Amino acid sequence: MKKLLSKMSLIGLMSLMLLGFSEISMANDAVNFNNDALWQSTIVADNTLEVAPMVEEVSEESILDSGDTAWMIVATILVLVMAIPGLALFYGGLVRSKNILSVLMQVFVTFSMMSVIWVLWGYSLAFSEGPYNDYVGGLSLAFLSGITGDSISGTIPEFVFVTFQLTFFALTPALIVGAFAERIKFSSLLVFLAAWGTLVYTPICHMVWGGGIISQMGAVDFAGGTVVHINAGIASFVGAIVLGKRIGYGKESMAPHNLPFTMIGASLLWAGWFGFNVGSELAADGTAGLVMINTQVAAAAGVLGWIVMEWIAKGKPSMLGGASGAIAGLVAITPACAVVGPLGAIILGIIASIIAYWAVTSLKIALGYDDSLDVFGIHGVAGIVGALGLAVLMSSQLGGTGYGDGMSMMSQFIVQAKSIGITVVWCGVISYILFKIIDATMGLRVSEEDERTGLDSTSHGETAYRT
Amino acid sequence: MKFVTAIIKPFKLDEVREALSEIGVQGITVTEVKGFGRQKGHTELYRGAEYVIDFLPKVKLEVAVSTKLLKKVIEAIEKSAATGKIGDGKVFVMDLEEVKRIRTGETGEDAL
Repeated sequence: MKKLLSKMSLIGLMSLMLLGFSEISMANDAVNFNNDALWQSTIVADNTLEVAPMVEEVSEESILDSGDTAWMIVATILVLVMAIPGLALFYGGLVRSKNILSVLMQVFVTFSMMSVIWVLWGYSLAFSEGPYNDYVGGLSLAFLSGITGDSISGTIPEFVFVTFQLTFFALTPALIVGAFAERIKFSSLLVFLAAWGTLVYTPICHMVWGGGIISQMGAVDFAGGTVVHINAGIASFVGAIVLGKRIGYGKESMAPHNLPFTMIGASLLWAGWFGFNVGSELAADGTAGLVMINTQVAAAAGVLGWIVMEWIAKGKPSMLGGASGAIAGLVAITPACAVVGPLGAIILGIIASIIAYWAVTSLKIALGYDDSLDVFGIHGVAGIVGALGLAVLMSSQLGGTGYGDGMSMMSQFIVQAKSIGITVVWCGVISYILFKIIDATMGLRVSEEDERTGLDSTSHGETAYRT
Repeated sequence: MKFVTAIIKPFKLDEVREALSEIGVQGITVTEVKGFGRQKGHTELYRGAEYVIDFLPKVKLEVAVSTKLLKKVIEAIEKSAATGKIGDGKVFVMDLEEVKRIRTGETGEDAL
């Protein structure tokens, strides 16, 4: 009876919160409307004056801004902290104690290897112009040739832009590590991720941010919903299926060995995500402020959404649930953070974490794949929710920034769905082929004996804990 | 002489030690152990994966006592370790053939 009452009061609280949101957003609309009217009247009055400053702005465009540059250097380091130690600890705590070093190593070395590849050919394939410019860049910037300390990209040094984008390129494959955890051969993992970064990440990145087809369609992906999260999620889904389940999956206990690590990792991811999302504005400006508040509240709403679901469905809210919800909320807001309002961000965070909760507790079991650390369930699923949800929540009537020229909620939704479709097919097909080639040549998994003993000692010759 | 082994709830250890000291027990040996009895285990949930934890953490306490102290020892453990809830543990009593204090070579009850 007590339990029932507490559940009912929780549901009541949630619905009250939602009611509150809708009233506030209605009030906001009224204010927005007045603002718009004011804005238009000033534009009409100032029309004659506007021509002169325009000329000045054009010449200012390629001038370095030290404020923007300082922020982007910090943002780049924040994204680095997301991967190491953030993601590494988040994943490391979730595996069994015999495999923690292998996961830390996989994230650490992947991050390093991708950094080097980015300089060699990654940046060029993603951001230069090439003969197949709709899909992928060329090799004109390979080895970063021609870029000097004086090169400017927007208002920041191009080297800063290169390094900022490098951290995205290095983080995304590290996310995929979670799907293979506790059973993949280290060498095969590195070969796969090097090839995946080159053949999947750089083309999708070019399509979205380098002037390729997804950006031409008018799809919105501010900080990497398709490029980073859906991409990593799909590769993980395919990988988990091709690789097969861990020995003893569903029979033996595979409970996380250190949830405090996972909580620390999730918190570092949360903090670093400000670099990821706010940094994607590439400037310290007003939009950066909007992105900042959206990032924070989407993560917070994600935590609440997930633990309330657990509380209702299983009776106990868990720390792992809280950490998972934060990541789901952050993933969902990533593509949307510059186009929705703060209330939209809260709604998106809650919805994404509820759907991701369903994906990891029900969908995964129904489909029967072993995605060790739920990369697809959280990054893939919440990424898709974010990419589609923003089409609705970017409406100015819902507190968003409004649609581009000639776009409506429906047309934006269709464009978003197409951008997801392209990512899913491109990433799914190429990942599948790569997995099959590597499986046939090098083998994807360690031997059964090594898997039972644990990868720390059998792959790396170390153990994390002494007894 | 008797050898008493008790399985108790871990958080009751301090109370049991105090109770035994009060009645004149000179030394005890304590081990952290796992096991199950009528309390059985419990389940833990990690993102929908349910694991049954069969073995619960308990403390095993070993005491060697003279036969005339035995009744008091059992009573002291019983009183201090009880919470009234399932899983309070058990006391086992065995005959003890011989005891030797290594330092002095004393044997029997002198060595207790």
